[in-house]
Amino acid sequence: MAQHLSKISNGETVIVRQIEESSLKVKLMEMGIVEGKELRVLYRAPLGDPIAIDVSGYVLSLRNDEANRVQVDLKPNLA
Amino acid sequence: MKIALLGNPNTGKSTVFNLLTGMRQHVANFPGVTVDKKVGKCKVNDQEHELIDFPGTYSIYPRSKDEEVVYHSLCDTESANYPDAAIVVVDASNLERNLLFFSQIYDLQLPVVLVLNMTDVAKKKQKVCRVEGLQKVFPEAIIVEANARVGIGKERILNAISMLDKREGHRFQPETNVAEVDAISRQENETEERFKRIASHLPSIESPIIKKDSGSTKLDRILVHPVWGYAIFAVILLIIFQFIFAFAAIPMDLIDGSFADLSDWIASVMPEGVLTNLITQGIVPGIGGVVIFIPQIALLFFFLAILEETGYLSRVVFIMDRLMRPLGLNGKSVVPLLSSVACAIPGIMSARTISDWKERMITIMVAPLMSCSARIPVYTLLIALVIPNERLFGFMNLQGLVLFGLYALGTLSALAIAIILKWFIKTKEKGFLMLEMPSYKVPSPRNIVIVVWEKVRLFVWDAGKIILAISIVLWALASYGPGNRMQEAGNKAHRMYAEQGYSEAEINQHVASVELENSYIGIMGKTIEPVIKPMGYDWKIGISLITSFAAREVFVGSMATIYAVQDDGELNRPLIEKMRAEKRSDGTPVYTLAAGASLMVFYVFAMQCMATLAVVKRETKSWKWPLIQMGYMGALAYFAAWATFILLS
Repeated sequence: MAQHLSKISNGETVIVRQIEESSLKVKLMEMGIVEGKELRVLYRAPLGDPIAIDVSGYVLSLRNDEANRVQVDLKPNLA
Repeated sequence: MKIALLGNPNTGKSTVFNLLTGMRQHVANFPGVTVDKKVGKCKVNDQEHELIDFPGTYSIYPRSKDEEVVYHSLCDTESANYPDAAIVVVDASNLERNLLFFSQIYDLQLPVVLVLNMTDVAKKKQKVCRVEGLQKVFPEAIIVEANARVGIGKERILNAISMLDKREGHRFQPETNVAEVDAISRQENETEERFKRIASHLPSIESPIIKKDSGSTKLDRILVHPVWGYAIFAVILLIIFQFIFAFAAIPMDLIDGSFADLSDWIASVMPEGVLTNLITQGIVPGIGGVVIFIPQIALLFFFLAILEETGYLSRVVFIMDRLMRPLGLNGKSVVPLLSSVACAIPGIMSARTISDWKERMITIMVAPLMSCSARIPVYTLLIALVIPNERLFGFMNLQGLVLFGLYALGTLSALAIAIILKWFIKTKEKGFLMLEMPSYKVPSPRNIVIVVWEKVRLFVWDAGKIILAISIVLWALASYGPGNRMQEAGNKAHRMYAEQGYSEAEINQHVASVELENSYIGIMGKTIEPVIKPMGYDWKIGISLITSFAAREVFVGSMATIYAVQDDGELNRPLIEKMRAEKRSDGTPVYTLAAGASLMVFYVFAMQCMATLAVVKRETKSWKWPLIQMGYMGALAYFAAWATFILLS
């Protein structure tokens, strides 16, 4: 089931399903968030916003507003 | 050859620039935008090349006003900044995302050098890049490995530049109208295609990621912790401000003293006359008024450069962003606002890191409301004058409490005005953060030295010119009066005080006071008296308000001249006694609690600093913003001071 990236808890790994159409879409893509990409939610700022995610080896911080535009699927935890 | 230096942010692009050009760089302007164009020279085989450092971008398509420079310079082959070749700095530890931008530049058919930088960080992440694999994907690029932070790769890059050759392939045409809806969807498709192509080649270029949890993430758990994160930030701030307030005072006093000595010395060796007066009372103090800010500015940017270089600054932005957002500000506004407690000039200069135009403007507009160190002498004098040295509830010092109140008033109004400006400043761009949090690194001393040098130089040339000019104008206004009015009044005072048997020094003080009263500035002070009267001020305060336009602390010196006392610089005891004794024509004292408090409130709000206005002009590239700023702060100061006076009298 697809969820918003902003709702994923810390430590979870997800796969990007879809990015909402908006002028921000291309910017998110340029940061490496493309469909099919594996992301991991690392941690959050004290008030729960922004969030920090791992995108193929680097740390990106997104406001919840921005993370809300990304639909993701949970990847079962292998470990 | 004109060579563009391009790359994603945080790839060490500036480090490469500094490595190649050293101190041989200067800052120019890209026409029409607020970005500085850093240009440097580098020599290869006796041939001199011009290197232009463009702002770091993730794509050729701009996401902020500043990034448009890259887009326009590269898309328009007729542009004055269109390069003959490009050097693209690529973060080897983050190849996939970096290659998106590189592939765009590569397809422009520019002769291009790919600098595979930060190979050490990549190794730490256990990523190995295979240059041969990369070369197969981009056969016409010259690929070199570097580690600019520790100075490795300079020769290789210079050698690569000498090997650059014309390319004849089909030039990729970027979307021309970036804002158009169709164009945006084509950009999305293009980005997707590029990433697909990169992903298909990636296995032959780099090893898969083995180690997942890097040291950075562990450190981050502490640095962005709800309690420790803020506590550590508070401690770092405390240390920085300790340096700026306490330790910068030593060189500042030294500068102050040296310039005063220099004036005295020039006055003693040069013949008396207008030229000598201009030099000793206008130019030398004017230059001194510029130089005195250098220790604070240098120290502040020294610390900020370290925080930036280590990667900690982006964590501060991360933990502060949510708190600042309701105010129309950004996590990146924290540093400029806090810096303004030392001096608004470096504060406003450091607002440059805010990529969102609206949030940056609001930050710049409210920064001077933070009480800067130039206000301290004014506050101290006025508090000693009208606030009794008593204890409140037995333990709180009333004078200290008032001083704290003035700082709080400045800070709270900065935040309140930010909320108001949020509604007034309109922008089409929606604010967003999308911030890369770079891995922690040891700062490079070369980069720090260059940052500090650059900021100090910018301040001295840009703000300095204006401060100096204002000082000279103020000197002229204070030294001359209409006709012989000043001289006659001075001579009369001299005779009068001589007859009463005053000492030479006392006579001179009184003559200076009377002369100032009859100078143009004295007349201006009297002219504005009806305007400032509702706030409880007389013409003597009027004079000091005008002179303190050069810098706020000048208020104290002007008061000392007007009241004909020696400015002892420290406790101002003689001045305070004189001011306390000052009576209006009806016999009531001038400096009542109401008038004193009103004056303090006035100084909290009023934009009494030409240097700041000059820097705002410089940073916003227009006179519109500094004028709006002076207007709103002036209006705020006037009404708040007036209300204070009414309430307390």
